[in-house]
Amino acid sequence: MQPQFFSPSLVPTVGTSASTLSRRLARWGAAALLAGAAAGAMVPAMAQTTTLKIIPSSNITVLDPIWTTAYVTRNFGYMVYDTLFATDLEGHIKPQMVDKWKVSPDNKTWTFTLRDGLEFHDGKPVTSEDVVASIKRWASRDTFGAQLAKVTERYETPDARTFSIVLKEPFGLVLEALGKPSSNVPFIMPKRIAETSGDTQIKESIGSGPYVFKADEFRPGERVVFTKNTRYKPRAEAPSGTAGGKNVYVDRVEWLIIRDAQTQMNALLNGEADILEQPAFEQYATLRTNPDIKLIDAQPAGNQFILRFNFLQPPFNNEKVRRAALLALGQEAFLRTQVGTPGLTRYCKSMFPCGTLFESEQTGDYTGVANPQKAKALLEEAGYKGEPVVLMRPTDNPTIGKLPLVAKQQLEQAGFKVDMQSMDWSTLVARRAKKDAPSAGGWSAFMTSWTASDILNPITMAMMNATGDKGWFGWQTDAKLEEIKVQFAQAKTEADKKKLAQAAQLRAFETATHVPVGQYNQPAAVRKNVSGLVPAGAQVYWNIKKQ
Amino acid sequence: MLTFLGKRLLATIPVLLVVAVAIFMIVRLTPGDPAAVIGGNSATNEDLDRIRVQLGLTRPLWEQFAIWGKGVLHGDLGFSFFLNKPVIELIGQRMEPTLSLAAGTLLLAVAIALPLGTLAAWRMGGWLDKAVMAFSVAGFSVPVFVVGYVLIYVLAMKLQWFPVQGYRRIGEGVGPWLNQLVLPCLTLAITYVALLSRVTRAAVSEALTEDFIRTARAKGITELEVLKHHALRNAAVPVVTVIGVSAALLLGGVVVTETVFAIPGLGQLTVDAVLNRDFPVLQGVVLFFAVVYVAVNLLVDVSYLFIDPRIRY
Repeated sequence: MQPQFFSPSLVPTVGTSASTLSRRLARWGAAALLAGAAAGAMVPAMAQTTTLKIIPSSNITVLDPIWTTAYVTRNFGYMVYDTLFATDLEGHIKPQMVDKWKVSPDNKTWTFTLRDGLEFHDGKPVTSEDVVASIKRWASRDTFGAQLAKVTERYETPDARTFSIVLKEPFGLVLEALGKPSSNVPFIMPKRIAETSGDTQIKESIGSGPYVFKADEFRPGERVVFTKNTRYKPRAEAPSGTAGGKNVYVDRVEWLIIRDAQTQMNALLNGEADILEQPAFEQYATLRTNPDIKLIDAQPAGNQFILRFNFLQPPFNNEKVRRAALLALGQEAFLRTQVGTPGLTRYCKSMFPCGTLFESEQTGDYTGVANPQKAKALLEEAGYKGEPVVLMRPTDNPTIGKLPLVAKQQLEQAGFKVDMQSMDWSTLVARRAKKDAPSAGGWSAFMTSWTASDILNPITMAMMNATGDKGWFGWQTDAKLEEIKVQFAQAKTEADKKKLAQAAQLRAFETATHVPVGQYNQPAAVRKNVSGLVPAGAQVYWNIKKQ
Repeated sequence: MLTFLGKRLLATIPVLLVVAVAIFMIVRLTPGDPAAVIGGNSATNEDLDRIRVQLGLTRPLWEQFAIWGKGVLHGDLGFSFFLNKPVIELIGQRMEPTLSLAAGTLLLAVAIALPLGTLAAWRMGGWLDKAVMAFSVAGFSVPVFVVGYVLIYVLAMKLQWFPVQGYRRIGEGVGPWLNQLVLPCLTLAITYVALLSRVTRAAVSEALTEDFIRTARAKGITELEVLKHHALRNAAVPVVTVIGVSAALLLGGVVVTETVFAIPGLGQLTVDAVLNRDFPVLQGVVLFFAVVYVAVNLLVDVSYLFIDPRIRY
C-alpha cells in the first residue's frame, strides 16, 4: 500500500481537457486541507495479485551468475534458475533437479537422472544436453568447478534425462561441487545460452527455477521484477537451505533498489517494502522494538571477517611476521567496533565458520584473543625491520570499513609500523590485484568479509588457494597445503573429509594464510504479515506467504 | 539571429571534443579497475586478466578512444561493462525521472521565489524582506538530505500523505507520478527558492532605483504595473541566467536527493558508474551533461534577445 495524496478522483488522466484540469487543480487546494482523508485513498491494485517487495542487499549490475561472484547476482540466480543438487541447512548435499544417481564401483563414472517434467521458462524441456553445457560453462569460471573439470575425462548424455560425468580419477566432491550453495552456483540454463563462453555475459536470463525474470520490466538501478513460474514442479520434501521444495505462494516479486540505508528502513516501516534483506548494523536496535517488524536470520551460518596478507612483499613474506600478526589480532574489538549490536556477533577461532560441517578447534597457537606481548616477542625473533605495513581501508564500505582501524591499533600495539591508506572499495579491489611493492602501489594487508557458504571447505576457501601466482590475492605458495587439498578432494568418507579439512586448517594457521577476526549475522527485517523466509546459505525467496 | 545560432552551434564542437577527451582520460587515470569489481571477491589475477581482455581494456588507450569516438560519431555511446546494455538506453531510462524532478523543482521554485524576491525588494528593509532573507540563508545552509529526511518523517511517515521513496512513471498514471514527486521536488525547491528569491530581490531592488521607475511612478502608474512591467522585466536577465544554470544543474542529476528518495535519475546512474568504474556509462553520461549545459546556455543567451531589446549579438 502506498500513501496517495492525489487520490484518483482528483487526478487527471492522460487526455483530460484543460478546463477540467484547471477545475481539478483548484480542487487540489481543497484536497490539501483534507489531507488526512486523502491519505487513505488507494491506487487501484491489480486484482488478486500478491506482490512481495524486497529491498536486496545491493544494486544488481550483472545478471549472469556465472560471469560474476557478486552475492546479489547469486541470489538473482536462485530466483530464476534451478540446480542439480543443493545444500540443506545442516550442510548436507541433497538432490534438487536430479531424481536419482549412481556411482560406478571404481568411483569414476557418476550417472544422474533428471526429475520428470522439468521445463525452462521458454517452454522447452530441460535435457541432459542443457545440463552438460551449463556444467561446462560454470566449470570454466568457478574454482570448485575447475577442480572438477580437471579430473573429468568426458561427459555423456545417453538420453534426454540422463547424463554421466566420467572422471580420470576418483573425486570425492562431485556432489559438493554440483550442490555448492554460493558463488558461483552451477545453475542450469538452456544449452543455446550455456554455450556462451564463460568470459562473455549471457544476454538472456532463462532458467527453470521457481520465478520468471521479467526482462521487459527490468529497470537497472531501480527495480527487478519476477513472476511466479506456474509450470514449476517443486520437490516434495520440506524446504531446507537451498534444498527441498521450492513452493511459491506469491504471484510477483519486486526487488526495489534503494541505496540509502535510512530510506531502506523508512520504506520497510512505511509498508512500501515487505523485506529488508540486510539492515545496517546500527538499525537493529530500532527494528527490534518495532511491533510491525520481525527479524529473521535467513543466513544462520552468517559471515566471517578476515585479514589477508601479501606473501610476496615484506614484511609479510616472512612467516614469523605473519604469525606475529596472527597473535596480535583479537576478535572482540573487531566485532564490537564494526558490528556493535548485541546478539549479532560470534567469537569463532575456526577458519571454517562455526556452525558449519568442518568447524574445528584445532587452530594451532591462534586463539582469537589479542596477545600483544607474545606477538611483540615473535616479531623481534622474526627480525622485523620496521617495514611499513600498508593496510588498505575501504571507507565507502559500511560492512568492513571500520575493521582496518582496529587492525592498525592492534598491530601497532604489537610493534608493527602501520601505514593505513583510505580508498573506495573499487580502488581497493583493483589495488589488491597488484603484486608491486607496497611503496610502488602495492599493499601488505587488506580486510574483507565472506559469507559462510563461500568458505565451507578447503577447496572453496579462496585464502587456502596456495598455488602462488595463480592463487588468490596474496599469492601464497605452499605445496603441503595444496597436497592436503588434493587428498581432501579424493576422500571418500565424511570422517576422512573432516580429518583432512582439519589438517588443511592447521596448515593454514601454521603458515598464517589469513586471520579470521570474527563472525557476524545480518538478519533480514521482515514485516509481520510475511512468513516463511527459508534460512539458507544464500538469500532465497521461495516458500514465502504474504497476508 | 540565424548567424548567431550557427556560430554558437559550431563553437560547441570543440567544447564537446575537449570534454570527450578529458572524460575519457580522467576515468582511465582514476585508480580502480572494472574487471576487479566484476570479478568479485573470489576472482584471481588470471580471472581479472580474462575479464580485461573481454572488455577491451588491454588495448592501447588511443585505440580504445578511437573505437569509442567512432561510435559516438555514429550516435552509439557503447555498452555498459556491467549491464550489457547500450549506454543510450540506460540514459534514456533515467531521463524521465530526471526531467520530472527538474521540471517540478523549477516550477515550484520559480512560482514561489519570483513573487517572494520581488516583494522583498519592494519592501526593502521591512519585515517581509527580513523574513525572505532569513529563509534564504536557512534554505541555503541546511543540507538537502536533512530537509529530505525531515519532510519524509513528517509528511510521509507521520501524516502518511506521500510515499517515502521511489518513482512511478507517468505512464502508470498522473496521480501516482505526482504523488511520488511532491516530496523530492519540495526538498530541492527549498534550496532553489532560497537562491532565486535572493537573486530576484537583488535584481529588482537595483531596477527600482533606476530613473525610469521614478518616471513611471510620476506618471501615476500603479505600483503593481511598475513592478511587473518595468522593474521585473529589467531584472529578468540575471534571474533567467540563474534559472538556466539551475535547470542545467538539475538535469545533471541531483545525487543526494535521488539517493534519499530512491529516484532512479541520472545522478544515481553517474554515481553507480563511478563506484563500479563502468567507463562507457560514465563517458556517455558526462558527454550528455556537456550537451545539456551547452544547450541550456544557448537557450538562456537566446532568451536575452526577447527579454531585453537592447541586447544584440
